[in-house]
Amino acid sequence: MSVAHDHDHGAHDAHHHEMSFIEKYIFPTDHKYIGKQYMFTGMFMALFGGFYAYVFRMQLAFPNMSVPFFGRVSPMEYNAAITQHGTVMIFWVAMPVLIAAFGNFLIPLLIGADDMAFPRLNRLSYQIFLVSAVVLIASWFVPGGAFGGAWTAYPPLSADARYSLTPMGSSMWLIAVALEFAAFLLGGINFIVTAMNGRAPGMKWNDVPMIVWMICIASILFMASVGPLVAGAIMLLFDQNLGTNFFDPRRGGDPILWQHLFWFFGHPEVYVVLLPATGMCAEVIPVFARKKLFAYDTVLYTTIGTGVLSFFVWAHHQFVAGIDPRMANVFTITTVLISIPIAEMVFLYIATLYGGSIRYTVPMLWALGFIFAFLIGGVTGIYLGASGADIYFHDTYFVVAHFHYTFFPIAFIGTFTGFTYWFPKMFGRMMNETLGKIHFFGTMISFNFIFLPLFATGLGGDHRRIYNYNNFPELATPDLQNLRILATVALLVLIAFQFIFIYNTFYSMFFGPISGTNPWKATTLEWTTPENPPGHGNWPPDNMPTVYRGPYEYSVPGREDDFWPQNQQS
Amino acid sequence: MNLFQPALSTFASDVDNLVMMITAIVGFWYLATNVMFFWLLWRYRAQEGVKALYVTGHEPELLRWITYPHYLIIFMDLFVIVGAIKVWYNVKQNLPEPQEVVRVVGQQWAWSFQHPGADGILDTADDIKTVDGLHVPVNKVVHAKLESRDVLHNFSIPVFRLKQDIVPGRVITAWFEATQAGVYDLQCAEMCGIGHGLMAGRIYVESDEDHLAWITANTPK
Repeated sequence: MSVAHDHDHGAHDAHHHEMSFIEKYIFPTDHKYIGKQYMFTGMFMALFGGFYAYVFRMQLAFPNMSVPFFGRVSPMEYNAAITQHGTVMIFWVAMPVLIAAFGNFLIPLLIGADDMAFPRLNRLSYQIFLVSAVVLIASWFVPGGAFGGAWTAYPPLSADARYSLTPMGSSMWLIAVALEFAAFLLGGINFIVTAMNGRAPGMKWNDVPMIVWMICIASILFMASVGPLVAGAIMLLFDQNLGTNFFDPRRGGDPILWQHLFWFFGHPEVYVVLLPATGMCAEVIPVFARKKLFAYDTVLYTTIGTGVLSFFVWAHHQFVAGIDPRMANVFTITTVLISIPIAEMVFLYIATLYGGSIRYTVPMLWALGFIFAFLIGGVTGIYLGASGADIYFHDTYFVVAHFHYTFFPIAFIGTFTGFTYWFPKMFGRMMNETLGKIHFFGTMISFNFIFLPLFATGLGGDHRRIYNYNNFPELATPDLQNLRILATVALLVLIAFQFIFIYNTFYSMFFGPISGTNPWKATTLEWTTPENPPGHGNWPPDNMPTVYRGPYEYSVPGREDDFWPQNQQS
Repeated sequence: MNLFQPALSTFASDVDNLVMMITAIVGFWYLATNVMFFWLLWRYRAQEGVKALYVTGHEPELLRWITYPHYLIIFMDLFVIVGAIKVWYNVKQNLPEPQEVVRVVGQQWAWSFQHPGADGILDTADDIKTVDGLHVPVNKVVHAKLESRDVLHNFSIPVFRLKQDIVPGRVITAWFEATQAGVYDLQCAEMCGIGHGLMAGRIYVESDEDHLAWITANTPK
């Protein structure tokens, strides 16, 4: 069965029709090209996000010095840089790459469909996303500069240009974010419908690869949580430009309302990007341990449990924000409870290694690196979820270090896991293993040297979003400054190692050794396409795959091969 | 190298002890998980002629390696929750009767403070108003009435382990009892605009005599 859709050419003549360049690359409806567009747009935006981080880390390590490639950093530019860094990395890197790029590329291939359910909606989604990215980048160059009120955009600071001093920047920030949400709403419904209706004959719910589950659950979380924030964003836009006062207390508004709308979305959003990243691990670890995923359905239940629970924890971001202090007790309990499904999931991934035959390829290293790094992010979250301890840790660098130990593994380690694993399917060639390993170890080591020192500065009292700590006598000590310099130097090293990845990607794309259709000897359907990379429609229309078994049948006793593809009858 | 700020309020060491307890619990889990993780990685590396096991993960003798630690996590979560709520209750919910009340006003980008003066009552003629310096007596329960003139600010004193957002349009009360005289940092810990990084205040914790002397010297004539 193939997905019914309104595609111009129809699946049947797809293989006989040569598409023009514009059709193929500029206005594609093929899910693989849209996925790649999202992927490379997201990676391009990561360059912006990384550059902002470079600018403000340099300012913190060497206050008021001229930063190479930028110049002296004013407080205004510093605030804009931290704000844009957070916004770009979450909404324009993690979201498009993990959900949109991998979702588009993988879902039809992994469920045995010829394309997404709504290919044109898919194209529209990318085009809106592209516009939103342009709006965000352009906001840096308008009079007054880019919005600098932190990525959480708390009013009244964000609601009134007299406070923020960025009359155009703050509105453009909101418009960009709202457009981006519209794009992902279109994408999300597409993923869910495709996974529900497009599965190959014989693919039951528990034959669906975990990454598909994860992306669909993430899409549901996103769609269920984003509504209040879109409404809030429009209200804030009205406050800025039309003189309403939803969030300004001088005329009866309530600034805390925004915080609830923001974090009701903002906390599930963490899991929206976390789930696809853990899904990558669930795909990659079984392949390279040659082992069935440990307790498939328990992994699925922990995912659903995490997703449901994530809707009831948002106010832990607001313990000291002026909410009723009694409410903090409720949210402490729900927040600490989220350790239960997440710990279970991590244990199950580690248990998958038991009895395996582990091959340390580059994608496997990244998947294991994800578990190693995310574990630190997970355990440090307990400090912040415990209301009593959060009184001290709130808005310190301890928080910054904690969520970078979750978001860096998600947005980068997770992406590298998936990207290096599916690279042969995307481009038909293998990446260089040696360069990949250099990139892996260089990135992992420097990443830890950025954020371990920041736990320490946070414990020492460094609060966030300060452009020069010399104004605070207790924080202007050589010990703390040395740690800040260490973090900045480690960031420079981390950035340097990314050039190896960029080189490896583009070199291997054109000159890497031809991979063949199933280089990793994996079982899921994307590795069974006759062409590699798969052509338009993925499989010949008269030979769509049929599924006979679950996605992780490795090392089955009594079989000669140690993998048993889902579409092989016997 | 001692990074940690000293604990100088009555509840500061409670916060620190909670942090220590959490460190013990999560440190145990962190180490235990990593030992297991790296041992498995080493033990089950690919070896010539050795095939991987075929297990589904529902074998009871394997699954209990997951479930028993998991019960232990749930049990330890209870300690974290109870510990957190106890500290929170003392700092934020159960405010002791004040022996001194001060007003703290945050605005872009400075602090101003109103002290009750010689009569000990706020909003009378002998109130003392200062900018960027708050003067309080040691070993007295102080209530700070937090107000903002414009955007969100945050009244944060790291050595007291105290942090509270200030919301315009509201008066939020925070309390502390300092245990040692001295001069300490007072930060704004909530993004408040371009000058956020400049919004540094100082808190002067004074012995009773010093505090009295300061009041006498500064009472408006």
